[in-house]
Amino acid sequence: MAEPARAKPKPTPETQHFWDGTQAGELRLQRCDACANVYFPPRPFCPSCASRKVSVFKASGKGTLYSYVINHRPAAPGFTPPYAIAVVELDEGPRMMSNIIDCPQTPEALELDMKLEVAFEKLDDKITLPLFRPAKG
Amino acid sequence: MRKNAVAVVGAAETTELGVIPNMSQIQLHADAALNAIADAGLKLSDIDGIATAVETPQQIAHYLGITPTWVDGTSVGGCSFMLHVRHAAAAIEAGLCKTVLITHAESGKSMIGKLPRSTPPDSLNGQFESPFGVYGPPSMFPIPVLRYMKTYGITHEQIAMVAVAHREWAAKNPRATMKAPITVEDVLNSRMIAYPFRILQCCLVTDGGGALILTSADRAKDFPNKPVYILGTGESVETPMVSQMETFNSSRAFKVSGPTAFREAGIAHKDVDHLMIYDAFAHLPLFGLGDLGFMPHEETGKFIADGNTRPGGKLPLNTNGGGLSYMHSGMYGMYALQESVRQMRGIAPAQVKDAKISVCHGVGGMFAASGTIVFTNEK
Repeated sequence: MAEPARAKPKPTPETQHFWDGTQAGELRLQRCDACANVYFPPRPFCPSCASRKVSVFKASGKGTLYSYVINHRPAAPGFTPPYAIAVVELDEGPRMMSNIIDCPQTPEALELDMKLEVAFEKLDDKITLPLFRPAKG
Repeated sequence: MRKNAVAVVGAAETTELGVIPNMSQIQLHADAALNAIADAGLKLSDIDGIATAVETPQQIAHYLGITPTWVDGTSVGGCSFMLHVRHAAAAIEAGLCKTVLITHAESGKSMIGKLPRSTPPDSLNGQFESPFGVYGPPSMFPIPVLRYMKTYGITHEQIAMVAVAHREWAAKNPRATMKAPITVEDVLNSRMIAYPFRILQCCLVTDGGGALILTSADRAKDFPNKPVYILGTGESVETPMVSQMETFNSSRAFKVSGPTAFREAGIAHKDVDHLMIYDAFAHLPLFGLGDLGFMPHEETGKFIADGNTRPGGKLPLNTNGGGLSYMHSGMYGMYALQESVRQMRGIAPAQVKDAKISVCHGVGGMFAASGTIVFTNEK
């Protein structure tokens, strides 16, 4: 029997551009054309000024470690504990939940405010997740 | 809202608390409701308003045989019952109903007749949190803690002291689930759940319920028990996604709900004799003390570590033992309200002497929602 898989996102009309982006190797955010607010998660209007004139753009993929837990139990399907569940503060401003790869899942290795860069993990032909790793250099 | 215009005239928990394998969730609601109705000296037919969360008001109304003229199904997590109290007080003031029953129950441990909780994969949580391994509140609620600690210089030992202080209160309470004394060392050596939190910093998982009955203050004096008046109320919501909070240094929902209730009550922090802050996890009292304005966040850890909230301290906090040691069926706000009412009636197992004002502050979801009630026993 196959190992239980991790929860897989199912895009909606409002979020499809984000998931198309990760598949193309891009982290896509939205910016309000009226007030320049950059926001996440995706929606076709600005949550700051309510303008419907918003644009999708490719983010830098860079950020810092805002906070995290190292989950021991119970573990989510598809995860081997202990594993860190992190919140990344993107250089563009918004924060997003992710996992930190290529890094020991320990308090010593996971320092708050450490620099991170996006890495893409393909789950299947439709979904690629944005994960983060310690930034090089 | 007018101060002291509405009062709690009935309050009770389920007959049993803890592990109740012989009762379904809806029967736990009924058990608590019947106990509260008896406490108020009422008949079921006297109830014309009903509020509940998770279960629908129609479910509970039908099961109990109530025909309401006012219903509230606000379901924003564990503080839903604080919001119900606020809404019920407004409804009674507005003349929409006279006598409101608020029920909570959860078969949190035995899972009998409990509605399934699920996160659809096309919801925002399902797309932007579930894929990263969140799995139940212990993996989500503590996510802000490390940031909070770094910002304010809070230590692991200080947060561990929350669990120690609550256990000291629980030791005085015959109905508390966990009564054996614990030390900071015990907390920091207990089983790791989601770093930085260990099992003794996470709430219990139990079965139980509670119910409240509210009516106008001018009728309240005719009831068998001492009325407990609603002096001030507040509520707010922020986000269902913990990752999307405005900041991890504070809860926006707390900062709206708490001060709103204080303003409405017209009280200062020094007037508070007794305080309940929903403690699903050990960091919540720190967030609560800071966001309700009792002190700057920088001082919350030291304030608790210095023993100010433990028995004999100057600000008695979570005097039933809290969600960490008393009980936690999933939506603990009702039990916090019950303890505030007991303290205002003067019948709490760990009674705060001469307490006249009790503040009861709840959280819903992972800082998703908040409700605050200021009670008093003086009109």
